[in-house]
Amino acid sequence: MALYSEKVMDHFTNPRNVGEIENADGVGEVGNAKCGDIMKIYLKIDDNIITDVKFNTFGCGSAIASSSMATEMIKGKSIDEALEITNKAVVEALDGLPPHKIHCSVLAEEAVKAALKNYYDKNNIPYDKELFPDCDSCAHCADH
Amino acid sequence: MQIYADNAGTTKMSRTAIDAMLPYMETYYGNPSSLHTVGQEAAEALAQARAEMAAILGCEPREIIFTSGGSEADNQAIFSAAAIGEKKGKKHIISTAFEHHAVLHTLKRLEKQGFDITLLDVHENGLVTPEQVRDAIREDTCLVTIMYVNNEIGTIQPIREIGAVCREKGVLFHTDAVQAVGHIPVNVKDDNVDMLSLSGHKFRGPKGIGALYVRKGIILTNLIEGGAQERGKRAGTENIPAIMSMVAALKEAVDHMDENTKKVQALRDKLIAGLAEIPHCALNGDATHRHPGNVNFCFEGIEGESLLLLLDAKGICASSGSACTSGSLDPSHVLLAIGRVHDVAHGSLRLSLNEENTEAEVDYMLEEIPKVVEYLRNMSPVWKDLINGKRQFIL
Repeated sequence: MALYSEKVMDHFTNPRNVGEIENADGVGEVGNAKCGDIMKIYLKIDDNIITDVKFNTFGCGSAIASSSMATEMIKGKSIDEALEITNKAVVEALDGLPPHKIHCSVLAEEAVKAALKNYYDKNNIPYDKELFPDCDSCAHCADH
Repeated sequence: MQIYADNAGTTKMSRTAIDAMLPYMETYYGNPSSLHTVGQEAAEALAQARAEMAAILGCEPREIIFTSGGSEADNQAIFSAAAIGEKKGKKHIISTAFEHHAVLHTLKRLEKQGFDITLLDVHENGLVTPEQVRDAIREDTCLVTIMYVNNEIGTIQPIREIGAVCREKGVLFHTDAVQAVGHIPVNVKDDNVDMLSLSGHKFRGPKGIGALYVRKGIILTNLIEGGAQERGKRAGTENIPAIMSMVAALKEAVDHMDENTKKVQALRDKLIAGLAEIPHCALNGDATHRHPGNVNFCFEGIEGESLLLLLDAKGICASSGSACTSGSLDPSHVLLAIGRVHDVAHGSLRLSLNEENTEAEVDYMLEEIPKVVEYLRNMSPVWKDLINGKRQFIL
Protein backbone atom coordinates (compact mmCIF):
# COMPACT_ATOMS: atom_id res chain seq x y z
CA MET A 1 0.00 0.00 0.00
CA ALA A 2 1.30 3.39 -0.87
CA LEU A 3 -0.12 4.92 2.29
CA TYR A 4 3.10 4.15 4.16
CA SER A 5 6.81 4.34 3.32
CA GLU A 6 8.78 1.13 2.86
CA LYS A 7 10.47 1.80 6.19
CA VAL A 8 7.12 1.95 7.97
CA MET A 9 5.94 -1.24 6.29
CA ASP A 10 9.21 -2.96 7.19
CA HIS A 11 8.88 -2.02 10.87
CA PHE A 12 5.20 -2.89 10.82
CA THR A 13 5.52 -6.31 9.20
CA ASN A 14 8.80 -7.20 10.96
CA PRO A 15 8.60 -5.24 14.18
CA ARG A 16 11.76 -5.18 16.30
CA ASN A 17 11.75 -5.77 20.05
CA VAL A 18 8.21 -7.09 20.43
CA GLY A 19 7.51 -8.60 23.81
CA GLU A 20 7.79 -8.00 27.52
CA ILE A 21 10.65 -7.90 30.01
CA GLU A 22 10.03 -9.63 33.31
CA ASN A 23 11.05 -7.51 36.27
CA ALA A 24 11.71 -4.58 33.95
CA ASP A 25 13.47 -1.57 35.48
CA GLY A 26 10.98 0.79 33.87
CA VAL A 27 7.56 0.28 32.29
CA GLY A 28 5.52 2.96 30.52
CA GLU A 29 2.05 2.72 29.02
CA VAL A 30 0.36 5.52 27.09
CA GLY A 31 -2.79 5.97 25.02
CA ASN A 32 -6.15 4.28 25.53
CA ALA A 33 -8.17 1.62 23.82
CA LYS A 34 -11.06 3.99 23.22
CA CYS A 35 -8.88 6.08 20.92
CA GLY A 36 -7.59 3.00 19.18
CA ASP A 37 -3.97 2.90 20.33
CA ILE A 38 -2.01 1.86 23.40
CA MET A 39 1.75 1.47 23.65
CA LYS A 40 3.57 -0.23 26.47
CA ILE A 41 7.36 -0.12 26.69
CA TYR A 42 9.59 -2.18 29.00
CA LEU A 43 13.16 -1.15 29.78
CA LYS A 44 16.15 -2.94 31.26
CA ILE A 45 18.61 -0.35 32.54
CA ASP A 46 22.17 -0.98 33.76
CA ASP A 47 24.43 1.92 34.78
CA ASN A 48 22.23 4.45 33.05
CA ILE A 49 22.36 2.47 29.81
CA ILE A 50 19.22 0.96 28.24
CA THR A 51 20.50 -2.56 27.75
CA ASP A 52 17.20 -4.05 26.63
CA VAL A 53 13.83 -2.78 25.48
CA LYS A 54 10.58 -4.47 24.49
CA PHE A 55 7.18 -3.22 23.48
CA ASN A 56 3.53 -4.24 23.13
CA THR A 57 1.24 -2.11 20.99
CA PHE A 58 -2.47 -2.12 20.23
CA GLY A 59 -2.97 0.12 17.24
CA CYS A 60 -2.69 0.78 13.55
CA GLY A 61 0.26 0.03 11.30
CA SER A 62 2.00 3.31 12.01
CA ALA A 63 1.56 2.87 15.78
CA ILE A 64 3.29 -0.51 15.62
CA ALA A 65 6.01 0.80 13.29
CA SER A 66 6.59 3.87 15.52
CA SER A 67 6.95 1.65 18.60
CA SER A 68 9.36 -0.63 16.80
CA MET A 69 11.47 2.26 15.52
CA ALA A 70 11.52 4.05 18.87
CA THR A 71 12.69 0.92 20.69
CA GLU A 72 15.43 0.42 18.12
CA MET A 73 16.55 4.04 18.52
CA ILE A 74 16.92 3.85 22.30
CA LYS A 75 18.43 0.39 22.63
CA GLY A 76 22.02 0.65 23.91
CA LYS A 77 21.65 4.39 24.51
CA SER A 78 22.07 6.24 27.79
CA ILE A 79 19.00 7.55 29.56
CA ASP A 80 19.94 11.12 28.65
CA GLU A 81 20.27 10.19 25.00
CA ALA A 82 16.95 8.37 25.05
CA LEU A 83 15.24 11.37 26.60
CA GLU A 84 16.41 13.50 23.68
CA ILE A 85 14.64 11.36 21.11
CA THR A 86 11.63 13.27 19.84
CA ASN A 87 8.64 12.14 17.84
CA LYS A 88 10.12 14.06 14.90
CA ALA A 89 13.22 11.90 15.03
CA VAL A 90 10.99 8.81 14.96
CA VAL A 91 9.07 10.16 11.96
CA GLU A 92 12.30 10.97 10.12
CA ALA A 93 13.73 7.55 10.84
CA LEU A 94 10.57 6.02 9.36
CA ASP A 95 10.93 8.18 6.20
CA GLY A 96 7.77 10.05 7.17
CA LEU A 97 4.23 9.29 8.29
CA PRO A 98 0.95 10.51 6.79
CA PRO A 99 -0.22 13.74 8.52
CA HIS A 100 -3.06 12.08 10.43
CA LYS A 101 -0.64 9.45 11.76
CA ILE A 102 1.88 11.82 13.34
CA HIS A 103 0.25 11.28 16.71
CA CYS A 104 1.50 7.67 16.60
CA SER A 105 5.06 8.96 16.76
CA VAL A 106 4.08 11.28 19.62
CA LEU A 107 2.73 8.26 21.43
CA ALA A 108 6.04 6.43 20.89
CA GLU A 109 8.03 9.33 22.35
CA GLU A 110 5.64 9.50 25.30
CA ALA A 111 5.83 5.76 25.90
CA VAL A 112 9.64 5.89 26.10
CA LYS A 113 9.46 8.85 28.48
CA ALA A 114 6.80 7.21 30.61
CA ALA A 115 9.00 4.14 31.00
CA LEU A 116 12.01 6.28 31.96
CA LYS A 117 9.90 8.26 34.42
CA ASN A 118 8.75 4.99 35.94
CA TYR A 119 12.41 3.98 36.31
CA TYR A 120 13.23 7.28 38.04
CA ASP A 121 10.22 6.99 40.33
CA LYS A 122 10.99 3.40 41.30
CA ASN A 123 14.55 4.27 42.21
CA ASN A 124 13.78 7.60 43.84
CA ILE A 125 15.98 9.42 41.39
CA PRO A 126 15.14 13.14 41.27
CA TYR A 127 14.30 14.55 37.82
CA ASP A 128 13.01 17.59 36.05
CA LYS A 129 9.22 17.12 35.74
CA GLU A 130 9.18 19.34 32.67
CA LEU A 131 10.88 16.57 30.73
CA PHE A 132 7.83 14.37 31.11
CA PRO A 133 4.70 15.98 29.77
CA ASP A 134 1.69 13.85 30.64
CA CYS A 135 -0.80 12.44 28.19
CA ASP A 136 -3.08 15.45 28.62
CA SER A 137 -0.67 17.62 26.67
CA CYS A 138 -1.58 15.73 23.52
CA ALA A 139 -4.88 16.71 21.95
CA HIS A 140 -5.39 13.34 20.27
CA CYS A 141 -7.89 11.95 22.74
CA ALA A 142 -9.42 15.27 23.75
CA ASP A 143 -12.67 14.52 21.96
CA HIS A 144 -13.35 11.41 23.98
CA MET B 1 -3.16 -15.56 -4.28
CA GLN B 2 -5.12 -12.33 -4.38
CA ILE B 3 -8.59 -12.43 -2.90
CA TYR B 4 -10.87 -9.49 -3.44
CA ALA B 5 -13.29 -9.45 -0.51
CA ASP B 6 -14.31 -5.80 -0.59
CA ASN B 7 -17.26 -5.96 -2.97
CA ALA B 8 -19.37 -3.68 -0.79
CA GLY B 9 -16.66 -1.06 -1.38
CA THR B 10 -16.70 -1.56 -5.10
CA THR B 11 -16.76 -4.43 -7.57
CA LYS B 12 -14.71 -5.53 -10.52
CA MET B 13 -16.71 -4.72 -13.65
CA SER B 14 -18.19 -7.73 -15.37
CA ARG B 15 -17.15 -8.61 -18.91
CA THR B 16 -20.74 -7.96 -19.97
CA ALA B 17 -20.59 -4.47 -18.46
CA ILE B 18 -17.30 -3.64 -20.16
CA ASP B 19 -18.50 -4.97 -23.52
CA ALA B 20 -21.73 -3.00 -23.24
CA MET B 21 -19.76 0.20 -22.81
CA LEU B 22 -17.38 0.03 -25.75
CA PRO B 23 -19.80 0.54 -28.69
CA TYR B 24 -20.95 3.79 -27.10
CA MET B 25 -17.40 5.08 -27.12
CA GLU B 26 -16.41 3.93 -30.59
CA THR B 27 -19.52 3.78 -32.76
CA TYR B 28 -22.53 5.35 -31.07
CA TYR B 29 -20.70 8.25 -29.49
CA GLY B 30 -23.29 10.91 -30.19
CA ASN B 31 -24.86 13.39 -27.84
CA PRO B 32 -28.48 12.28 -27.33
CA SER B 33 -29.58 15.92 -27.46
CA SER B 34 -28.33 16.25 -31.04
CA LEU B 35 -30.82 16.07 -33.89
CA HIS B 36 -28.58 14.29 -36.37
CA THR B 37 -28.39 10.53 -36.89
CA VAL B 38 -25.35 9.99 -34.68
CA GLY B 39 -27.04 11.84 -31.83
CA GLN B 40 -30.34 10.09 -32.30
CA GLU B 41 -28.66 6.67 -32.17
CA ALA B 42 -27.39 7.61 -28.73
CA ALA B 43 -30.83 8.93 -27.76
CA GLU B 44 -32.39 5.66 -28.77
CA ALA B 45 -29.88 3.66 -26.77
CA LEU B 46 -30.49 5.87 -23.75
CA ALA B 47 -34.25 5.39 -24.01
CA GLN B 48 -33.80 1.66 -24.25
CA ALA B 49 -31.49 1.54 -21.23
CA ARG B 50 -33.94 3.59 -19.22
CA ALA B 51 -36.79 1.26 -20.19
CA GLU B 52 -34.75 -1.79 -19.22
CA MET B 53 -33.86 -0.39 -15.84
CA ALA B 54 -37.47 0.65 -15.26
CA ALA B 55 -38.66 -2.87 -16.09
CA ILE B 56 -36.21 -4.32 -13.58
CA LEU B 57 -37.21 -1.90 -10.82
CA GLY B 58 -40.94 -2.14 -11.59
CA CYS B 59 -41.53 1.47 -12.60
CA GLU B 60 -42.04 3.60 -15.70
CA PRO B 61 -39.04 4.78 -17.71
CA ARG B 62 -39.87 8.41 -16.98
CA GLU B 63 -39.50 7.69 -13.29
CA ILE B 64 -35.75 7.03 -13.70
CA ILE B 65 -33.22 9.85 -13.45
CA PHE B 66 -29.62 8.95 -14.22
CA THR B 67 -27.13 10.51 -11.82
CA SER B 68 -23.41 10.41 -11.15
CA GLY B 69 -23.94 7.74 -8.51
CA GLY B 70 -25.61 6.84 -5.26
CA SER B 71 -24.47 9.91 -3.36
CA GLU B 72 -25.95 12.32 -5.86
CA ALA B 73 -29.20 10.34 -5.96
CA ASP B 74 -29.41 10.41 -2.15
CA ASN B 75 -28.75 14.15 -2.06
CA GLN B 76 -31.32 14.93 -4.72
CA ALA B 77 -34.01 12.71 -3.21
CA ILE B 78 -33.61 14.20 0.26
CA PHE B 79 -33.29 17.84 -0.80
CA SER B 80 -36.33 17.42 -3.06
CA ALA B 81 -38.49 15.92 -0.32
CA ALA B 82 -37.33 18.66 2.04
CA ALA B 83 -38.30 21.35 -0.47
CA ILE B 84 -41.74 19.79 -0.93
CA GLY B 85 -42.18 19.56 2.82
CA GLU B 86 -41.03 23.08 3.51
CA LYS B 87 -43.70 24.48 1.17
CA LYS B 88 -46.32 22.82 3.36
CA GLY B 89 -44.62 23.86 6.58
CA LYS B 90 -43.47 20.29 7.23
CA LYS B 91 -39.87 20.23 8.36
CA HIS B 92 -39.41 16.92 10.13
CA ILE B 93 -37.39 14.05 8.63
CA ILE B 94 -37.00 10.52 9.96
CA SER B 95 -33.94 8.43 9.23
CA THR B 96 -31.65 6.01 11.05
CA ALA B 97 -28.39 6.38 12.94
CA PHE B 98 -26.47 4.10 10.57
CA GLU B 99 -27.23 5.57 7.16
CA HIS B 100 -24.48 6.18 4.65
CA HIS B 101 -22.83 9.60 5.00
CA ALA B 102 -24.42 10.65 1.70
CA VAL B 103 -27.69 10.62 3.66
CA LEU B 104 -26.47 11.64 7.12
CA HIS B 105 -24.44 14.62 5.92
CA THR B 106 -27.30 15.79 3.71
CA LEU B 107 -29.61 15.62 6.73
CA LYS B 108 -27.00 17.55 8.76
CA ARG B 109 -27.17 20.36 6.25
CA LEU B 110 -30.96 20.40 6.40
CA GLU B 111 -30.78 20.48 10.18
CA LYS B 112 -28.72 23.67 9.92
CA GLN B 113 -31.49 25.04 7.70
CA GLY B 114 -34.04 24.47 10.44
CA PHE B 115 -35.24 20.95 9.77
CA ASP B 116 -35.85 18.63 12.69
CA ILE B 117 -34.14 15.28 12.18
CA THR B 118 -35.07 12.09 14.06
CA LEU B 119 -32.53 9.28 13.76
CA LEU B 120 -34.06 5.96 14.74
CA ASP B 121 -32.18 3.47 16.87
CA VAL B 122 -31.08 0.43 14.88
CA HIS B 123 -30.77 -1.92 17.84
CA GLU B 124 -28.04 -4.47 18.47
CA ASN B 125 -29.08 -6.50 15.45
CA GLY B 126 -28.87 -3.55 13.07
CA LEU B 127 -32.57 -3.52 12.17
CA VAL B 128 -35.26 -0.87 12.42
CA THR B 129 -38.89 -1.84 12.76
CA PRO B 130 -41.97 -0.44 10.98
CA GLU B 131 -43.41 0.27 14.46
CA GLN B 132 -40.51 2.59 15.22
CA VAL B 133 -41.24 4.47 12.03
CA ARG B 134 -44.96 4.62 12.84
CA ASP B 135 -44.23 5.99 16.31
CA ALA B 136 -41.80 8.59 15.00
CA ILE B 137 -44.06 10.02 12.27
CA ARG B 138 -45.51 13.40 13.23
CA GLU B 139 -47.93 15.85 11.65
CA ASP B 140 -44.97 17.75 10.23
CA THR B 141 -42.98 14.76 8.91
CA CYS B 142 -42.14 15.29 5.24
CA LEU B 143 -39.80 12.36 4.62
CA VAL B 144 -38.70 8.98 5.89
CA THR B 145 -35.34 7.89 4.46
CA ILE B 146 -34.03 4.47 5.46
CA MET B 147 -31.37 2.42 3.70
CA TYR B 148 -32.36 -0.91 2.16
CA VAL B 149 -29.17 -2.77 3.09
CA ASN B 150 -26.54 -1.40 5.41
CA ASN B 151 -23.19 -1.08 3.66
CA GLU B 152 -21.04 -2.13 6.61
CA ILE B 153 -22.97 -4.84 8.42
CA GLY B 154 -25.26 -5.93 5.58
CA THR B 155 -28.53 -5.94 7.49
CA ILE B 156 -31.64 -5.87 5.28
CA GLN B 157 -34.33 -3.52 6.55
CA PRO B 158 -38.07 -4.32 6.35
CA ILE B 159 -38.47 -1.78 3.56
CA ARG B 160 -41.83 -3.02 2.28
CA GLU B 161 -43.44 -2.79 5.72
CA ILE B 162 -41.87 0.59 6.45
CA GLY B 163 -43.09 1.77 3.05
CA ALA B 164 -46.61 0.61 3.90
CA VAL B 165 -46.56 2.67 7.09
CA CYS B 166 -45.38 5.73 5.16
CA ARG B 167 -48.12 5.26 2.52
CA GLU B 168 -50.74 4.96 5.22
CA LYS B 169 -49.49 8.13 6.90
CA GLY B 170 -49.02 10.01 3.63
CA VAL B 171 -45.32 10.60 4.14
CA LEU B 172 -42.74 10.36 1.33
CA PHE B 173 -40.42 7.39 1.63
CA HIS B 174 -36.90 7.27 0.17
CA THR B 175 -34.51 4.35 0.40
CA ASP B 176 -30.79 4.28 -0.29
CA ALA B 177 -30.73 0.92 -2.05
CA VAL B 178 -27.13 1.12 -3.24
CA GLN B 179 -26.22 -2.17 -1.53
CA ALA B 180 -29.51 -3.88 -2.42
CA VAL B 181 -30.21 -3.39 -6.13
CA GLY B 182 -28.72 -6.23 -8.16
CA HIS B 183 -28.15 -8.25 -4.98
CA ILE B 184 -31.60 -8.93 -3.54
CA PRO B 185 -35.06 -8.58 -5.14
CA VAL B 186 -36.11 -4.93 -5.26
CA ASN B 187 -39.35 -3.67 -6.78
CA VAL B 188 -40.35 -0.09 -6.11
CA LYS B 189 -44.08 -0.75 -6.42
CA ASP B 190 -44.15 -3.86 -4.21
CA ASP B 191 -41.79 -2.17 -1.75
CA ASN B 192 -44.00 0.95 -1.39
CA VAL B 193 -41.06 3.19 -2.18
CA ASP B 194 -41.43 6.77 -3.47
CA MET B 195 -37.76 7.36 -4.18
CA LEU B 196 -34.84 4.98 -4.46
CA SER B 197 -31.10 5.51 -5.01
CA LEU B 198 -28.80 3.04 -6.74
CA SER B 199 -25.20 2.94 -7.86
CA GLY B 200 -23.67 1.12 -10.85
CA HIS B 201 -20.35 0.03 -9.39
CA LYS B 202 -21.93 -1.96 -6.56
CA PHE B 203 -23.29 -4.55 -9.00
CA ARG B 204 -20.29 -4.84 -11.30
CA GLY B 205 -21.11 -1.83 -13.46
CA PRO B 206 -18.89 1.23 -13.81
CA LYS B 207 -18.12 3.88 -11.19
CA GLY B 208 -19.47 7.40 -11.49
CA ILE B 209 -22.96 6.37 -12.59
CA GLY B 210 -26.16 5.71 -10.69
CA ALA B 211 -29.83 6.43 -10.77
CA LEU B 212 -32.69 7.85 -8.78
CA TYR B 213 -36.14 6.35 -9.07
CA VAL B 214 -38.71 9.00 -8.33
CA ARG B 215 -42.39 8.23 -8.36
CA LYS B 216 -44.43 10.16 -10.90
CA GLY B 217 -45.85 13.35 -9.42
CA ILE B 218 -43.01 14.04 -7.00
CA ILE B 219 -41.29 17.23 -8.02
CA LEU B 220 -37.53 17.04 -7.93
CA THR B 221 -35.24 19.91 -6.99
CA ASN B 222 -32.23 20.26 -9.27
CA LEU B 223 -28.79 19.87 -7.82
CA ILE B 224 -27.24 20.68 -11.19
CA GLU B 225 -28.71 23.40 -13.38
CA GLY B 226 -28.18 23.59 -17.12
CA GLY B 227 -29.61 21.76 -20.10
CA ALA B 228 -32.89 19.90 -20.26
CA GLN B 229 -31.46 16.40 -19.83
CA GLU B 230 -33.28 13.95 -17.58
CA ARG B 231 -36.57 15.80 -17.98
CA GLY B 232 -34.86 18.99 -16.87
CA LYS B 233 -34.07 17.58 -13.45
CA ARG B 234 -30.41 16.74 -13.90
CA ALA B 235 -28.42 18.82 -16.35
CA GLY B 236 -25.31 17.63 -18.16
CA THR B 237 -24.77 15.46 -21.23
CA GLU B 238 -25.72 11.92 -20.32
CA ASN B 239 -22.85 9.52 -19.71
CA ILE B 240 -24.10 7.06 -22.30
CA PRO B 241 -21.25 4.50 -22.12
CA ALA B 242 -21.60 4.30 -18.33
CA ILE B 243 -25.41 4.14 -18.46
CA MET B 244 -25.40 1.34 -21.06
CA SER B 245 -22.81 -0.52 -19.05
CA MET B 246 -24.63 -0.08 -15.73
CA VAL B 247 -27.90 -1.33 -17.17
CA ALA B 248 -26.19 -4.32 -18.78
CA ALA B 249 -24.55 -5.14 -15.44
CA LEU B 250 -27.84 -4.79 -13.62
CA LYS B 251 -29.64 -7.00 -16.10
CA GLU B 252 -26.96 -9.65 -15.72
CA ALA B 253 -27.05 -9.41 -11.93
CA VAL B 254 -30.82 -9.75 -11.83
CA ASP B 255 -30.87 -12.60 -14.38
CA HIS B 256 -28.41 -14.58 -12.24
CA MET B 257 -29.59 -13.42 -8.84
CA ASP B 258 -30.96 -16.76 -7.67
CA GLU B 259 -27.87 -18.78 -8.48
CA ASN B 260 -25.49 -16.06 -7.30
CA THR B 261 -27.34 -15.67 -4.01
CA LYS B 262 -27.25 -19.40 -3.41
CA LYS B 263 -23.54 -19.60 -4.10
CA VAL B 264 -22.47 -16.42 -2.27
CA GLN B 265 -24.66 -17.09 0.74
CA ALA B 266 -23.07 -20.53 1.19
CA LEU B 267 -19.61 -18.95 1.08
CA ARG B 268 -20.70 -16.25 3.50
CA ASP B 269 -22.11 -18.75 5.97
CA LYS B 270 -18.99 -20.88 5.85
CA LEU B 271 -16.84 -17.80 6.45
CA ILE B 272 -19.03 -16.62 9.32
CA ALA B 273 -19.04 -20.06 10.96
CA GLY B 274 -15.27 -20.35 10.60
CA LEU B 275 -14.43 -16.89 11.92
CA ALA B 276 -16.83 -17.32 14.83
CA GLU B 277 -14.43 -19.98 16.13
CA ILE B 278 -11.90 -17.26 16.95
CA PRO B 279 -12.21 -16.57 20.68
CA HIS B 280 -13.66 -13.25 21.83
CA CYS B 281 -15.15 -12.10 18.57
CA ALA B 282 -18.67 -11.21 17.49
CA LEU B 283 -20.60 -11.04 14.24
CA ASN B 284 -21.89 -7.53 13.62
CA GLY B 285 -25.48 -7.33 12.41
CA ASP B 286 -28.33 -9.80 12.28
CA ALA B 287 -27.30 -13.21 10.91
CA THR B 288 -30.56 -13.87 9.06
CA HIS B 289 -31.73 -10.55 7.62
CA ARG B 290 -28.39 -10.12 5.94
CA HIS B 291 -26.90 -9.33 2.54
CA PRO B 292 -25.82 -12.63 0.96
CA GLY B 293 -22.18 -11.58 0.73
CA ASN B 294 -21.64 -9.60 3.93
CA VAL B 295 -19.38 -10.77 6.75
CA ASN B 296 -18.50 -8.32 9.51
CA PHE B 297 -16.78 -9.20 12.77
CA CYS B 298 -15.26 -7.41 15.74
CA PHE B 299 -12.18 -9.02 17.27
CA GLU B 300 -11.42 -7.88 20.77
CA GLY B 301 -7.94 -6.63 21.66
CA ILE B 302 -6.75 -5.64 18.18
CA GLU B 303 -7.04 -2.68 15.86
CA GLY B 304 -8.54 -2.92 12.39
CA GLU B 305 -6.04 -1.03 10.28
CA SER B 306 -3.10 -3.21 11.27
CA LEU B 307 -5.33 -6.22 10.60
CA LEU B 308 -6.13 -4.94 7.09
CA LEU B 309 -2.49 -4.24 6.27
CA LEU B 310 -1.37 -7.70 7.34
CA LEU B 311 -4.23 -9.33 5.44
CA ASP B 312 -3.32 -7.26 2.40
CA ALA B 313 0.24 -8.58 2.68
CA LYS B 314 -1.29 -12.06 2.46
CA GLY B 315 -3.31 -11.04 -0.60
CA ILE B 316 -6.65 -10.53 1.15
CA CYS B 317 -8.39 -7.23 0.32
CA ALA B 318 -10.84 -6.35 3.08
CA SER B 319 -12.21 -3.33 4.91
CA SER B 320 -12.57 -2.15 8.50
CA GLY B 321 -14.53 0.37 10.52
CA SER B 322 -11.59 1.34 12.70
CA ALA B 323 -10.85 5.01 13.29
CA CYS B 324 -7.46 4.68 11.64
CA THR B 325 -8.98 3.53 8.37
CA SER B 326 -11.43 6.42 8.31
CA GLY B 327 -8.90 9.12 9.09
CA SER B 328 -11.00 10.28 12.02
CA LEU B 329 -10.71 9.57 15.73
CA ASP B 330 -13.94 7.66 15.97
CA PRO B 331 -14.57 4.19 14.69
CA SER B 332 -17.47 3.50 12.32
CA HIS B 333 -20.75 5.22 13.19
CA VAL B 334 -22.52 2.03 12.11
CA LEU B 335 -20.74 -0.10 14.71
CA LEU B 336 -21.32 2.55 17.37
CA ALA B 337 -25.01 2.65 16.36
CA ILE B 338 -25.42 -1.08 17.03
CA GLY B 339 -23.91 -0.56 20.46
CA ARG B 340 -20.32 -1.66 19.97
CA VAL B 341 -18.10 0.35 22.33
CA HIS B 342 -15.10 2.20 20.90
CA ASP B 343 -12.53 -0.32 22.19
CA VAL B 344 -14.21 -3.15 20.31
CA ALA B 345 -15.36 -1.19 17.25
CA HIS B 346 -11.71 -0.37 16.44
CA GLY B 347 -11.13 -4.08 15.85
CA SER B 348 -13.64 -4.67 13.08
CA LEU B 349 -13.23 -6.50 9.80
CA ARG B 350 -15.62 -6.50 6.85
CA LEU B 351 -15.33 -9.13 4.14
CA SER B 352 -17.84 -8.64 1.34
CA LEU B 353 -18.13 -11.44 -1.17
CA ASN B 354 -19.68 -11.81 -4.59
CA GLU B 355 -20.10 -14.56 -7.17
CA GLU B 356 -16.47 -14.20 -8.26
CA ASN B 357 -15.23 -15.50 -4.91
CA THR B 358 -14.57 -19.21 -4.51
CA GLU B 359 -14.66 -21.78 -1.76
CA ALA B 360 -10.87 -22.14 -2.02
CA GLU B 361 -10.62 -18.43 -1.22
CA VAL B 362 -12.88 -18.80 1.80
CA ASP B 363 -10.73 -21.71 2.99
CA TYR B 364 -7.59 -19.61 2.56
CA MET B 365 -9.13 -16.71 4.50
CA LEU B 366 -10.20 -19.07 7.26
CA GLU B 367 -6.64 -20.30 7.46
CA GLU B 368 -4.96 -16.88 7.44
CA ILE B 369 -7.29 -14.56 9.35
CA PRO B 370 -7.13 -16.43 12.69
CA LYS B 371 -3.33 -16.43 12.45
CA VAL B 372 -3.18 -12.68 11.84
CA VAL B 373 -5.63 -11.99 14.67
CA GLU B 374 -3.54 -14.12 17.01
CA TYR B 375 -0.30 -12.45 15.90
CA LEU B 376 -1.71 -8.99 16.60
CA ARG B 377 -3.21 -10.09 19.90
CA ASN B 378 0.19 -11.40 20.96
CA MET B 379 1.68 -7.93 20.65
CA SER B 380 -1.34 -6.10 22.06
CA PRO B 381 -1.14 -4.76 25.62
CA VAL B 382 -4.95 -4.68 25.63
CA TRP B 383 -5.12 -8.39 24.91
CA LYS B 384 -2.53 -9.10 27.62
CA ASP B 385 -4.62 -7.17 30.13
CA LEU B 386 -7.73 -9.06 29.03
CA ILE B 387 -6.21 -12.49 29.49
CA ASN B 388 -4.55 -11.47 32.75
CA GLY B 389 -7.88 -10.31 34.10
CA LYS B 390 -6.78 -6.67 34.43
CA ARG B 391 -9.42 -5.71 31.91
CA GLN B 392 -12.88 -7.21 31.44
CA PHE B 393 -13.72 -8.96 28.19
CA ILE B 394 -16.58 -7.33 26.34
CA LEU B 395 -17.00 -10.00 23.68
